[in-house]
Amino acid sequence: MPVGTIAISRRRALLGAGGLLMAAMVPLERSRAATRIVEDQTGPFAPNAFVRVAPDGSITLILPNVEMGQGIYTGEAMLIAEELDVGLDQIQIEAAPPDDAYITKALGTEATGGSTSTIATWTSLREAGAVARTLLVRAAANRWMVDAASCQTEAGMVRHGPSGRTLSYGELAIEAAALPVPAGPVALRDPSTFRLIGHAQHRLDGPAKVAGTATFGIDIRQPDMKVGTVAACPVMGGVLLHVDDSAARKIPGVRDVLTIGNAVCVVGDHFWAARKGLEALAITWDEGVNSTVSTETVYRGLHEALQGPAIVAHTKGDAKGAIAGAATRVEAVYQQPLLAHAPMEPINCTVHVTPERCDIWVGTQVPMRARDAAAEITGLPKDKVFLHNQYIGGGFGRRLEHEYVTQAVQFARQVAYPLKIVWSREEDLALDRYRPAYVDHLVGGLDAHGKLVGLSHRIVGPAVVARWAPEALLPNGVDDDLLAATVETPYAIPARFLDYARREAPGVVTAWWRGVGGTRGVFVIESFIDELAASAKVDPVEFRRRMTGDHSRARAVLDLAAEKAEWGSKLPEGVGRGVALQYVFGSYLATVMEVEVSQMGTVRVRRAVVAVDCGRVVNPDQVVSQIEGGLIFGLSAALFNEVTLEKGRVQEKNFNTYRVLRMNESPAIEVHLIDSTEDPGGIGETGTAAAAAAAANAMAAATGRRYRRLPLTGAQA
Amino acid sequence: MTSFRLNGHDVSVDVPDDTPLLWVIRDEIGLTGTKFGCGIGMCGACTVHVGGRATRSCITPVSAVQGAEITTIEGLDPAGAHPVQEAWKDLQVPQCGYCQSGQIMQAASLLHDYPQPTDEDIDAVMGGSLCRCMTYIRIRDAIKKAAAATRGEPSNG
Repeated sequence: MPVGTIAISRRRALLGAGGLLMAAMVPLERSRAATRIVEDQTGPFAPNAFVRVAPDGSITLILPNVEMGQGIYTGEAMLIAEELDVGLDQIQIEAAPPDDAYITKALGTEATGGSTSTIATWTSLREAGAVARTLLVRAAANRWMVDAASCQTEAGMVRHGPSGRTLSYGELAIEAAALPVPAGPVALRDPSTFRLIGHAQHRLDGPAKVAGTATFGIDIRQPDMKVGTVAACPVMGGVLLHVDDSAARKIPGVRDVLTIGNAVCVVGDHFWAARKGLEALAITWDEGVNSTVSTETVYRGLHEALQGPAIVAHTKGDAKGAIAGAATRVEAVYQQPLLAHAPMEPINCTVHVTPERCDIWVGTQVPMRARDAAAEITGLPKDKVFLHNQYIGGGFGRRLEHEYVTQAVQFARQVAYPLKIVWSREEDLALDRYRPAYVDHLVGGLDAHGKLVGLSHRIVGPAVVARWAPEALLPNGVDDDLLAATVETPYAIPARFLDYARREAPGVVTAWWRGVGGTRGVFVIESFIDELAASAKVDPVEFRRRMTGDHSRARAVLDLAAEKAEWGSKLPEGVGRGVALQYVFGSYLATVMEVEVSQMGTVRVRRAVVAVDCGRVVNPDQVVSQIEGGLIFGLSAALFNEVTLEKGRVQEKNFNTYRVLRMNESPAIEVHLIDSTEDPGGIGETGTAAAAAAAANAMAAATGRRYRRLPLTGAQA
Repeated sequence: MTSFRLNGHDVSVDVPDDTPLLWVIRDEIGLTGTKFGCGIGMCGACTVHVGGRATRSCITPVSAVQGAEITTIEGLDPAGAHPVQEAWKDLQVPQCGYCQSGQIMQAASLLHDYPQPTDEDIDAVMGGSLCRCMTYIRIRDAIKKAAAATRGEPSNG
């Protein structure tokens, strides 16, 4: 830490309580260019929304997706840098502002989610780099009056081969900016010549995150900023009736008490003053219609909808006829709970509203939606709302919502100073937007040879997409996210019938959560495939293998995982081995897990082996990292997590009651990547999707009982 | 007025005695590498060293550190190159990175107490530091690598 920093800190601290420090005092990040995130870096050469080269030689890449741990800043920088022909140590990176240029088409807005980033930018960002490089070469060729074909690029320089002359990109920036951008497609590198893509690169954000200097939303400091913390009505839909703030206002450091329709914010010189002030409030809520909702209400509604009308979502052949004529009928109902996101960084947002403009510093997966909401609340035109996206301390879908930005702007517009809103962990859990609970009913028919001849499936649960992107709800009323892993499987199934009974969860807002459809779908399908295999008395790997049909990539990952996990080898008493095979987010995974279930019902995951074919890999080490982390994330939920409701209130308050898997509970994980030249698939959610099914199947192998309800407990029958 | 040493410098702050050290460090002094995760000492994101001991700053009232020597992630090593930080970079531990300051401070304390930690030592000491990206596998490997580096041994991680 620079000595100057502490000297100023100390002087300011000695000035007395309440003195906030200048933003400039935040220790500077280390000097290596790539570790910095810059903003508003302008340069004359900006041939597209992703590349800027300034005459001083600085090269800035603007990355359309936000970094929340998945390594996308590094991956996307690699795509551009590969074609631009610069080293990762020569660039600065910048989070994209809200702009149409950064929209992810598959999501309909500027958004980071659904494991779509690499799929969406695989070609477009390479093209962005290639266009920039093409123009820089032309600029050099023009200056030298030589044929552009006689020039090469390397590490930010153009070189004229025959004469050996060189010019840096910075020296060419002004001339390149004057050239017309090529109208047609530009040639992209032959993959065999990739020097970055496919070769493990260290994360650009790694050094700052290890030094403690990476700035997350919660770390933002602005001159004269104050800190607020919030209590919103703990029952969804409730409103504020009255607040007595007389005691709160007497607490040293409390500056303001602000209200909006359903929440109160106490503002202080620092978080602790605000927190103490919040605890001193006497708030009266009108809790509204949801004040009697309980977990029981949620599940009862779902189970009731197993009978009655539903929308036909998918059919192939005559599944019901095939099942009726089958030698063996297998049937199961699966139940999955509401889940919280619980990222390590609690919800926060810093907003400064003035008559002229609104600045928002926040980590968001949906910057354009957040900006638009702020424009609507403040009445400012959209181009006067400036959203500065920050590192996100864990997203998992939580920050595909922007209601906390709306809330922060509603409070901040009431005051003149910049206001940083930080929710307590308790508020973060109580006012999350939750992964829905679901119930699925499956019926399968096996012929006399143990072959699946028909599969009938009903899904009951909310349609998250109907709220998040109503235009994306299918015309028949089906949320197509629920078709992930259920319709699109790695299997050839002769006859299928799938219907969907939509039941919105009372008392909570439901939302995306790492993998949503894929995660819930793989659990259901892969659990049921295992039950079919058991009924057919066929080994679970062999049963799946026979069903893979034309899916050769599925067969390859299955065989690789089985081999690496020594499938079939003897295990100690009480330990079972389970498998899950999946095709979701455009990637194939096979996961073999070893789980021990003690006589007391204690579950311990010992080992997981994952084989992955996600097409062409951009940054192999980060694919491995996502599988490792994603799988344990999924296990944490599968083994421990369930959000419960009582009197309309979420009962899980903090990490003491919403248990997160710890290091001593983590299994050993091996990840094996298949060398593939297919286009990239998504990876961020795939490990999570694999976890519950592989664990449940391993537990079944250990105990001989099926586990059809999440979270998994050893005692479940 | 509470006085203590922070990263080798004398600091005095005038805040109520019950103010948690975390908020003094973050909001008063302005060092934001130390993170807020739970506020109840359950997650370890706020871990700093007090008198060389890993301490949850979110449940440590500032009055309890009068005269103490406190180190945060910013002060662990002048160049950010403590063996634990080096191992963290080499093995690419961080994902979102939010918990990693606390993980690194806890791990540095672990290696001080157990220069050659076993898996059981690591489980016992690191079990209180949560990571939602679940980087635990790499944290374990990086601790072993840092331990080997501290002993001057080559390591494959």
